[in-house]
Amino acid sequence: MREIAYEEIVKNVRDIIVYSASNLPEDALNAMKEAYENEKSPVSKEVLKQLLENADIASSEARPLCQDTGLAVFFVKIGADVKVVGGLLKDAINEGTEKGYVEGYLRASTCHPFTRANNKDTVGYNLPAIIHLDIVEGDKIDIEYAAKGGGSENVSRARVFPPAAGKQGVIDYVKECISDAGPNPCPPLTVGVGIGGTFEKAVISSKHALFRDIGSVNEDPEMAEMEADIKVVLNKLGIGTMGMGGTETVLAVHIEANPCHIASLPVSVNVQCHSSRHTHITI
Amino acid sequence: MSQTYHLTTPISDETIETLKSGDIVYLSGIIYTARDAAHKRLVDLLDAGKELPFDVKGAVIYFVGPTPPKPGDPIGSAGPTTSYRMDSYSPRLIAEGLKGMIGKGKRNKEVTDACQEHKAVYFGATGGAGALLGKQIKSAEVIAYEELGPEAVRKLEVVDFPVTVINDAYGNDLYKTGRAKYEVK
Repeated sequence: MREIAYEEIVKNVRDIIVYSASNLPEDALNAMKEAYENEKSPVSKEVLKQLLENADIASSEARPLCQDTGLAVFFVKIGADVKVVGGLLKDAINEGTEKGYVEGYLRASTCHPFTRANNKDTVGYNLPAIIHLDIVEGDKIDIEYAAKGGGSENVSRARVFPPAAGKQGVIDYVKECISDAGPNPCPPLTVGVGIGGTFEKAVISSKHALFRDIGSVNEDPEMAEMEADIKVVLNKLGIGTMGMGGTETVLAVHIEANPCHIASLPVSVNVQCHSSRHTHITI
Repeated sequence: MSQTYHLTTPISDETIETLKSGDIVYLSGIIYTARDAAHKRLVDLLDAGKELPFDVKGAVIYFVGPTPPKPGDPIGSAGPTTSYRMDSYSPRLIAEGLKGMIGKGKRNKEVTDACQEHKAVYFGATGGAGALLGKQIKSAEVIAYEELGPEAVRKLEVVDFPVTVINDAYGNDLYKTGRAKYEVK
């Protein structure tokens, strides 16, 4: 049994939150540079240039890339041979989140769903973090983190189709989602598509799909082909960077597919803005 | 053909008449911040026949909830938030003399109609460019609703703050015309 100190987890979580807020990961930065090269619209190209400049300023001056520093979302895999010493894993992640948002001068964007109150005693430090936990083999803790902004989350959607909808039904649904969203979610986008499972499994899969590096290839060749097909369909929409019109509307489509009930075809579309602040560490 | 202008607030009706969808504008002077919660309070004040915390005539409102400033800075990162959430409040403020709104994303018909009727424009700033845009803000002061935190009303002094005219006072919409050029049916 490997012992990992509560405080070590707190520190790691705090550090990745602060770092991610002002440093666009390499995969996202490369994808944005590629979009800049490929974009045919001069207006969108100009905005992409502004966004690359923004990434430079954010990184060199340690300023948040975007004022929406997100809700903190974690996918955590804890090895069965790990014992967290000094407290609970969940508490350590929440404490690290609080420290990261306060010490990094990040915006606390969590509030009560109806009163909208942002009370520093309860949710003012961007708590609670959204944590998806899994237990795996081994003696390590694997943490995937993303700061998830509200604008792109607001256009996300999910639906359970009848099986007859098939692949084309999924493609049409994703197209409709991105077309309706237009400029609102801050394109160019990464589009996470969760297929199959149950209703909630599809939604969580679509979220997790956004944590995959942009430019990586889906291990399932059938899904890899479908990702490429959907990307072509979406880029024909003409939305462009920030909706100004253009050829580069999505940077990537990521699919996570699961076996599902014989009666259902659940589909979820989770949208990620161009500021894809995600990271991955192992403790 | 898109034009570039350097404008200082407050903005007159004559200036609004020269602006066309697609024009690039560098704004200087005083602008005010307000998001959902602050908009609700502003409209409640108007409904109660009370005075607003700032003079809305000729004013520009920026839809933004900045990050906290680091020590020594006037403000943190400060890019636009999605504007449709203010759609139910904006026409009322436009009728009171508001001339410009800065945000990102689509506006509804009531807002664009109000822009035409009362001569106002909707500017788009680059979403996700919070670090870059924050640097164009030279001073920031909370003037109302401090308890709303990032949603409080702030008086900002900006210099050459870069925006694009999305909806002008003639019913044009850059999101529609821009997309139509590149959409492959």
